[in-house]
Amino acid sequence: MANTLRKLLKAMLGSLRDLMPIFLVIVFFQFAVLDQPLPNVGELLVGVVFVVLGLTFFIHGLEQGLFPIGESMATAFARKGSVFWLITFAFCLGFGTTVAEPALIAVAAEAADVAAAGAMIQPDNASKERYADGLRYTVALSVGLAIVIGVFRILKGWPLQWLIVGGYILVVIMTIFAPPEIIGIAYDSGGVTTSTITVPLVTALGVGLASSIRGRNPMIDGFGLIALASLTPMIFVMAYGIMI
Amino acid sequence: MSIMAAVIEVTLNTTRDVLPIAVIIFGFQFFVLRRVPANLTAILWGFGWVLVGLSLFLLGLEWCLFPLGRLMAGQLTDPAFIQAVHGVGAVNWKDYYWVYIFAFAIGFSTTIAEPSLIAVAIKANEVSGGAIGITGLRISVALGVAFGISLGCYRIVVGDPIHWYIISGYVLVVLQTTVAPKMIIPLAYDSGGVTTSTVTVPLVAALGLGLSETVPGRNPLIDGFGLIAFASLFPILSVMAYAQLSEFRAKISRKKSGQ
Repeated sequence: MANTLRKLLKAMLGSLRDLMPIFLVIVFFQFAVLDQPLPNVGELLVGVVFVVLGLTFFIHGLEQGLFPIGESMATAFARKGSVFWLITFAFCLGFGTTVAEPALIAVAAEAADVAAAGAMIQPDNASKERYADGLRYTVALSVGLAIVIGVFRILKGWPLQWLIVGGYILVVIMTIFAPPEIIGIAYDSGGVTTSTITVPLVTALGVGLASSIRGRNPMIDGFGLIALASLTPMIFVMAYGIMI
Repeated sequence: MSIMAAVIEVTLNTTRDVLPIAVIIFGFQFFVLRRVPANLTAILWGFGWVLVGLSLFLLGLEWCLFPLGRLMAGQLTDPAFIQAVHGVGAVNWKDYYWVYIFAFAIGFSTTIAEPSLIAVAIKANEVSGGAIGITGLRISVALGVAFGISLGCYRIVVGDPIHWYIISGYVLVVLQTTVAPKMIIPLAYDSGGVTTSTVTVPLVAALGLGLSETVPGRNPLIDGFGLIAFASLFPILSVMAYAQLSEFRAKISRKKSGQ
């Protein structure tokens, strides 16, 4: 108990240091550039306390829960030796964590507005909703596929850069054919899919797999899942834009 | 007790977001792997901490950072403010310099606080046996994001098509990949994806939207997007540069000690 407290306290000092730059930027711009007083000081202070506590608890939980489970599952799958179940798990993890991602839901709704404004779909709510849902499942599918490809890469020991560069070339080619309205959203969708909880889990999975398979280097083979998960949505979203 | 109610509501929302992940993880753990992890209690506690931590973090951001950030993005891109910076006459892209500086500063500082980047940095430090510093990695990623967002804002102001920037960025990534130390490449590619989550995205989106609404001739529906893509591209370059720099310094110190 005392040990946990000491760890939390140390983590809290770390969080304070991590958040300090944001506070300095806000204060500088508010007073020196915009010359405005701070609104709702009371609520702001409560918010600051919450942010510091929240980051502290999150980092603590990360080291206690997310990292160990990700790694122990990776080791267990490697020991079980069933590629089928590993790939199934990889797909479920990618698809399941993305389909409910709030940032993605927001971006999909905005994309539907853009599509309606660009007369790609009917401007009524039903078609917009259909478009947004279609986009959301497309992105989730692409992330599931990305994790599958990434896990397969770790098993085979393929160099990551060939996959990524190949993906880039595909992105460039598709940019030529995709409707201009969708390009900005497609490029952004790569960034919004990887949430705060997915990243530690997926990283621990990759590193754990690479550490438990002989001949793989966790540094070279363990990372790269996130990179693939941010690349495939761009390709799939543009494909979605071309098809609709 | 509106604070308490808000905390409970946000925790419930976060739980709903985390639930599918937990179902997948524990489902596979119990039905496919059929093994109970050795430290199950600690892991469950860990999930609890993550849940509470993330909820408090989001709530705190919603109360202090996001409203202020949005307000500032709005004020800095306000035509009246830009005109005041410029004085009399027509405004050109240089008059948005406070926007670029703000974009740089907010990109850097929010990336430093990004929880998923902290997670990846901890892991990279552990895996590399300390060769990759947690702080060094985070600062190089943050510099990449800061530069990317500033450039993205410049793009919105001048109105260039986004794909030329992104494609040139890709070419740079490919070229740098051929010279960067092999060990860093996967981590560098990963850093592109982890930078943009909880803290950065809402603020950056507000900045992009504010700019594209107020710069004449821009359409917020089209030009408002794209900043996140910039923020995911440039960290790849800066992390590779960080590794090259470390390697270079190690070489110099080896030479010195060799003499």
